[in-house]
Amino acid sequence: MSISTSIWVWMAALLTLMVYSFLYKDNPFYRLAEHIFMGLSLGYTLTILWYNYIIPRVYEPLFLPPHQWSLIFPILLGMMTFGIFSKKYSWLIKYPLAFYVGGYAGLRIPLLLQSWIIRQVEASFLTPDKFTSLMSSINAILIFAGLFATLIYFYFSKKREHGFGAAAQVGIVFIMVAFGAAFGYTVMARISLLIGRMQFLLHDWLGIM
Amino acid sequence: MKKRVPLVITFVTGFIVIISFFIPHRPFGPLETDTLIWYSIILGFTLLIGVDSLVRLHVRQMRRRKAGWWYSIVFFAGFFYCLVIGIMSVIRTPNPFQPGTIFFYGYKTILIPLQSTMFALLAFFVASASYRAFRARTLEATLLLVAAVIVMIGRVPAGYKLWTRLPGIANWIFNVLQMGAMRGIMIGVALGAVAMSLRLILGIERTYLS
Repeated sequence: MSISTSIWVWMAALLTLMVYSFLYKDNPFYRLAEHIFMGLSLGYTLTILWYNYIIPRVYEPLFLPPHQWSLIFPILLGMMTFGIFSKKYSWLIKYPLAFYVGGYAGLRIPLLLQSWIIRQVEASFLTPDKFTSLMSSINAILIFAGLFATLIYFYFSKKREHGFGAAAQVGIVFIMVAFGAAFGYTVMARISLLIGRMQFLLHDWLGIM
Repeated sequence: MKKRVPLVITFVTGFIVIISFFIPHRPFGPLETDTLIWYSIILGFTLLIGVDSLVRLHVRQMRRRKAGWWYSIVFFAGFFYCLVIGIMSVIRTPNPFQPGTIFFYGYKTILIPLQSTMFALLAFFVASASYRAFRARTLEATLLLVAAVIVMIGRVPAGYKLWTRLPGIANWIFNVLQMGAMRGIMIGVALGAVAMSLRLILGIERTYLS
């Protein structure tokens, strides 16, 4: 057993224990760690903002040659967000917001159509290359059936009777298995983080393991 | 002026971005890249608004001496510490995120442990929630329970010790049974998002301006 002598390791270990103290109940140690975390995250966000946005996208293109004067427009638009601090000019924020919403919506449409719809449908098609062995054929049919039944389950414009109702029932079976698997995967991801923290406490800090 | 102009801006921006995707040639091609740059600059300003909101909240708490106001001092200590070493690292080195800088060291030894501990804390709450929720009352609930248990046990060495085929079954559930349903959900989400985006661009959805 060799306890760490590094102040950074001690700090990380104490903060870890402070956070875990919440398992007992909400207490001042947890709230202290929580506020340190919030403050650091905010400082980190501002540093990223400075390094990734302000310097390469505002300062360098504007003040270093070749000057890109067209960037004055987004900077002016961005500065309009500060209108929110005045009651009289708070409506100015609608302009950058409108640009933001329009740009986001415009970017999302082709992106979603391409990667979330067309690619997914394309990957689920029963093409001859998926029938190379018995197992791959069964898998391909199951993926196709799962996709088809799930889409039918989420189609609410038709009464659920006869074949349509049966397909929707199959859809809920696939959806439940999918949710269960996703849940299990999420739990395991959290558990692996917990194991990582325990390893840090027992190995890096206390030197027991 | 206050309502029409923003609607026009939304329509023109959205329309130009869509057109530039389908016609990647001049004059539309570079417009998508330009819009993305403009977009990220405006995003930077909106982030500042978020920072201001949080700082104001804590200043108010300190002024009014609300219960637990001294936590706000801790908040500011963490905030200024990270900001100062961040800016110092930006000035001293070309990349503050490279290993060896004081900023990277603080990030690695304080922020990452706190972040992963916060997330790991959820493991306990998820476990207690699942204990209450996972009751095999119906066929659907049983399926959810069985799939979750197989995936959980199949992904740890104990699962392999229990039955050598368990990891394979867990992977099969994840890669085949889950795949079809997840693709269906993704397509449904995407169709909804496309419809909402069109509503925004065409000015049918205006709640963001109210």
